Amino acid sequence: MPHLSTDVLVIGAGGAGMYAAIAAARGGASVILLDKGQVGRGGATIMAQMTVAVALGQQEPDSVALHLEDTLRAGRGLCNEELAALVCADGPKRIVEMESWGTRWARENGHIKQEMAPGHSVKRCCYVDFLNTGPAVAATLRRKVSQLPAIRRVSNLAAVEVLTRDNRAIGAVALNLLDGALVTIQANAVVLAAGGLTKLFERNSASANMGGEAYALALWAGAELIDMEFVQFFPIGHLAPRLVGMDPIMWDPFRYKLGGKLLNGNFEEFINRYGSTDFGQYNATRDIAAYAILKETEAGRGTPHGGAYLDFRHIPEAQLRGAFGPVVDRLLANGIDLTRTPVEVGPMAHYHMGGVRVDVNMQACVEGLYAAGEAVGGANGANRLSGNAITEAFVFGARAGSVAAEKAQRAAAGWDESLADESRQRLEQFCGNSRSDGATPVALQAELQTLMWKQVGPFRTGDKLAAALARIEHMQKEDLTRLHIGAARRFNLDLHDAFELRAMLATAEGVVRSALARGESRGAHQREDFPNTDALCLKNQVVELEAGELLTRWVAPVRLDRSAPSHG
Amino acid sequence: MADSPNRTARLRISRGLPGGERHYENFDVPYEDGMSVLDALRWIRANADSTLAIRYSCINANACKTCMALVNGEVEYTCTAKLTPGIITVEPLPKRPLIRDLVTDVIPDDEKV
Repeated sequence: MPHLSTDVLVIGAGGAGMYAAIAAARGGASVILLDKGQVGRGGATIMAQMTVAVALGQQEPDSVALHLEDTLRAGRGLCNEELAALVCADGPKRIVEMESWGTRWARENGHIKQEMAPGHSVKRCCYVDFLNTGPAVAATLRRKVSQLPAIRRVSNLAAVEVLTRDNRAIGAVALNLLDGALVTIQANAVVLAAGGLTKLFERNSASANMGGEAYALALWAGAELIDMEFVQFFPIGHLAPRLVGMDPIMWDPFRYKLGGKLLNGNFEEFINRYGSTDFGQYNATRDIAAYAILKETEAGRGTPHGGAYLDFRHIPEAQLRGAFGPVVDRLLANGIDLTRTPVEVGPMAHYHMGGVRVDVNMQACVEGLYAAGEAVGGANGANRLSGNAITEAFVFGARAGSVAAEKAQRAAAGWDESLADESRQRLEQFCGNSRSDGATPVALQAELQTLMWKQVGPFRTGDKLAAALARIEHMQKEDLTRLHIGAARRFNLDLHDAFELRAMLATAEGVVRSALARGESRGAHQREDFPNTDALCLKNQVVELEAGELLTRWVAPVRLDRSAPSHG
Repeated sequence: MADSPNRTARLRISRGLPGGERHYENFDVPYEDGMSVLDALRWIRANADSTLAIRYSCINANACKTCMALVNGEVEYTCTAKLTPGIITVEPLPKRPLIRDLVTDVIPDDEKV
């Protein structure tokens, strides 16, 4: 079995992973940065066309304390305040650092330009024109990574297990897609930066490669997860006509700026039926907009693709072009002429608030195991403030990388080749038990995505969640043992999908069990059978694996010590 | 969509390993206006033949830039290449070492195990 060795292993090479690798290398450690796709090309960061929220105070007066206040309000009382405070306090440093590394933030009058975004008290959100924030920051980080000789990048390597001994992370096993072989990687510290779980849902706004593996790897290694019931659904993601080259959540700012109308399948305004005002006011919160769209669809008044129309036809063409800039041409290239055609929009899975439970140094309860970016749970509580996702990718990445580097250079992990036996046997079982009458992993993934969307989507009930759990358990116990796997060694996506499916199922189970246990509606978790927020549920849920069973339990939210000196 | 019932696109796909026998296989894919070639390749994997080797990451944002192949003889991102009803030939990039089917080696040597 091929074997690699390093001080710090970073799993996932999106924004958080690349930042972690850079920070670890700058801290003097050797680093292996791996990605199941191509390093620096996968994950959520590169797809983000929107903004980054940081209290730079360059556009108008702002403070870390005010950013934190907005973040905690959005989190509906469930934020880990220490983590949220870290995001807000270190965000400005990371933005300035990124600029020094070459990111060209939009500027005006000699300062970084900052815009308003929903939920923020002041103009706080910086960006790269036009809708190019994610690709631009990914390019900066790729370049920085490539300039540091201490970082070894490995592409097409999918981590399938984090290895531990005596509750200490000592490396990982990964599947090399290029030849279908397993690789062991010995490391003194491991950073999980493999992003969120949006791939679990049929309708999602992210890359194909975030099936919740960071969470599953953490659980299997003995770490705890937190807030797994809180999946953020973006209310007006793009459904149709088919649109390529654009972020599916791109419409929101244009809708506010230009006055786009939300109409049901009969071309009627409908938000007002749900207690809010749309056109001209836009006071419908994200959850109400999502609810209204799904209810209209249930009542048979949806659009052909099961959503609502977003209509800009009443806006003069010159005004459209002024607001959209070159984006108008990209839309035209997709056959979308906003002066003639409304687009179809609807809720889709966008981000996961939950994740690996870590302390303020990003360390999980397993020694030497860290998390960064969306893989981290807790900072955003029940709902994430817009613009905070890339901020946390940078901040948590930087913190995790530097702490892991320090840890890795203090103590070497012991190594034992036999630790990889379990993954080796699993690979042999997947291949050896392949059945021509079994389902393919990719077909089961599609079934799971439909199940999660229909039963564990934006509006949940106890019955639907219980049905989802039963099917997920059956897939784990039965379907996963009788897969149909192709025989090729090179780029065997069946094999890749089989390992990924196993992780997707473990993470899905964590989401469903947490959602079942939270008998209230709060933030992104909406229960139709428990429509109200319950003060008794002002607690976080922790998920852990004990003797093969996923268990949930309640814990008190982490609050800042208000008597301590300010973080600001 | 309602205006395009029962139309199909036929993908003629180059398959096989380097050095070995390469052949073309045809797959008929339900066609919908606006579909990309990558949509069709993903449909094939989910519904017809999961062993087809393809490379992609971001699905449709044209952000990851990893889904290139030869579409009707032209180098294209399969995520932005429009599918059309009728026959479309998809082949691996000709100037890159073949790994299998439509996947070529675009990874720099220092990014491998």
